[in-house]
Amino acid sequence: MSAAESTRSVVLEPSGYSFPENQRRLIRWTLYIGYFALAAGVAHGFAQGLSYANIDILKYFPALRSYYQGLTAHGVANALFFTFTFSNAFLPLLTARALGVPMIPGFLHGALWTVVAANVLVIWSVTTNRASVLFTSYAPLQAHWTYYLGLVLLVVSTYIASAHLYVMLARWRKVHRGKRIPLLAFISVVTYVMWNLASIGVAVSFIGFLLPWSLGILERTDPLLNRTLFWFTGHAIVYAWLLPAYISWYALVPRQTHGKLVSDPLTRVVFIMFLLLSIPTGFHHQYTDPGISTNMKMFHALLTFGVFYPSLATAFSVVAALEIGGRRNGGGGLLGWIRKLRWDDPSLTAQLLAMITFVLGGITGLINASYMINQIVHNTAWIPGHFHMTVGSAVALTLMGIGYWLIPYLTDRKLWGRKFAVWQSWIYTIGVLIMARGLISGGLEGMPRRTFRVAANYSRESWELAGALTGIGGTLMTIGAVMFFVVIAMTLLVGKKGEGPKDIPFAETLIPASKTGWDVKLDRLRLWTVAAVVLVLIAYAPFFISYLPARLLSPGYTFF
Amino acid sequence: MRIHQYEKAFLWLGAVMLVVFMIALLITSVAMGIHLPGRAGEVDPLTINSVAPFDNPGVREVGPGRYEVVLLGSAWSWNPAEIRIPAGSEVTFLAASTDVIHGLHIDGTRVNMMLIPGQVSRNTYRFERPGEHLIICHEYCGAGHHLMSGKVVVE
Repeated sequence: MSAAESTRSVVLEPSGYSFPENQRRLIRWTLYIGYFALAAGVAHGFAQGLSYANIDILKYFPALRSYYQGLTAHGVANALFFTFTFSNAFLPLLTARALGVPMIPGFLHGALWTVVAANVLVIWSVTTNRASVLFTSYAPLQAHWTYYLGLVLLVVSTYIASAHLYVMLARWRKVHRGKRIPLLAFISVVTYVMWNLASIGVAVSFIGFLLPWSLGILERTDPLLNRTLFWFTGHAIVYAWLLPAYISWYALVPRQTHGKLVSDPLTRVVFIMFLLLSIPTGFHHQYTDPGISTNMKMFHALLTFGVFYPSLATAFSVVAALEIGGRRNGGGGLLGWIRKLRWDDPSLTAQLLAMITFVLGGITGLINASYMINQIVHNTAWIPGHFHMTVGSAVALTLMGIGYWLIPYLTDRKLWGRKFAVWQSWIYTIGVLIMARGLISGGLEGMPRRTFRVAANYSRESWELAGALTGIGGTLMTIGAVMFFVVIAMTLLVGKKGEGPKDIPFAETLIPASKTGWDVKLDRLRLWTVAAVVLVLIAYAPFFISYLPARLLSPGYTFF
Repeated sequence: MRIHQYEKAFLWLGAVMLVVFMIALLITSVAMGIHLPGRAGEVDPLTINSVAPFDNPGVREVGPGRYEVVLLGSAWSWNPAEIRIPAGSEVTFLAASTDVIHGLHIDGTRVNMMLIPGQVSRNTYRFERPGEHLIICHEYCGAGHHLMSGKVVVE
């Protein structure tokens, strides 16, 4: 194969990559732990959706003491464990494949067993009602120390997976001096570089304050400081969930739909923008907080509009790639290509529908970010309406769609029930749209989020329809999710052996990476990381300098 | 870097759109004076009940048509739980938490702020029309969170 050909692809060597069964097994088990978390989270989500419709099924959940215990499980399992275990499996695989290097089993083992330990600690503390603090873990509600330690271990597992990526890249660079990093490896690595930087906030908060505070070493903590450190990480964390989906949309989906990735350099620019702008925007989650100057809030608002930009660029690139595919498949006219996007492929259908819901997720996100408008929607049901269209579908549905080729690839089994799996995505999507419609309209009428509506001592008539739609949508989402588990389980049990895909579906690019000129500089990860650190300092240093030292005022409360 | 002309146009259009949004934000906040809560003082949550003005929660008239409401959030109630003010009055809320984080939302208004132990939350709002508004705690504060409500009666 010639050098010119290889730069057209998002991977170094388009053919001849394989890796041993014991590594496949490690990646599979990492994924299964994520699916297990998703299943647990979905079960609780079902009950929470129905609670908005004034139907209480919580009493049928064994060992569940309150709505909020279930809500903690829902958030921690779905938003933290499912997403990060997926990334811990997916990103090393893509990086190794793209670079054409072997994976390093020690890192796979390390990340997997750390996640197992994290699960044991968090499951124990949450199921025994010792940690009903919701996944945001706002002090001074105080969880048992095992909960904080479990979440710290989850983050540690992402560090082990990150180190795996960096070591593979460093080894590859030694042998391939002066070569451009294959695109698929570049965007995978940037995702975890961003996350490593973003996670500093929760690392400081959990290790420096919450863990010693829950152990009694530190008597009191500072609620505003802990909250600010959480949101230092908390906005960027959504990009840590989203970027693996973007990686698939950019670099894999075009292949599945017979299209091409439009521009290699522009894709790198987009991921670098996420590295730069994901973190210095955290105050937009704290617009209504006391103790933070309005100037800083406005500054973060403007940067939040900035971080919308790479998503806008993504909208064009991804749709253009799809259009190329649709037209190649024989679609004509202005929009005729949409019908030719291989809607019979469950992996693709899931991801196409994820993209469509993400348009609404993005727009509602922009509304949340709009400074004073946030006062209308903050902490109302609008907010979960928004994020179920981002992490709850753009991410979750994309990860399900990826699972439809990834599990067959890792097991060398044919996917069971293609048609059934196509229906799965539609049902889930219709569900999420109905639920989001309910939550969003309820939120505009003041219906609060994170509230056990069945037992609340207040209500409004305008919440009735909103709540009913939330319950109906949530039920459809649950059915969709259960169907996903059926497809995966049946594939593992009865999928035809030897008929799985032999390689991952990586795309080719229309505009390849150039070997000369300024876009070579895009690969200078250290430089971009330093730039990101500088931006974070500009955005956060004024607050910390004027605020510190910490006000250690609050003892722990266990009101649950 | 070679960029397709349609893509270039889209990227420019997107950039212009976002800049217009930013300008709109600046105009509404700076020129029209619609503000978010900001820094409004600090108070120790453990001694708050003996510190003015939080030692005396309630409604006070501070000028013609102008009121100050001192409001305390504790798990799981508001003090006072009912606030009565005449229509057309401008009300400044001074609120704080005595224990965990609470959220103060007066339904149908833009009075929406977090109460974080250690900090004083302040916002001003003009109640134009008579009617009732729910006071909702909208941040999870423990097992009885959904019981933490009150009302503002505009007479």
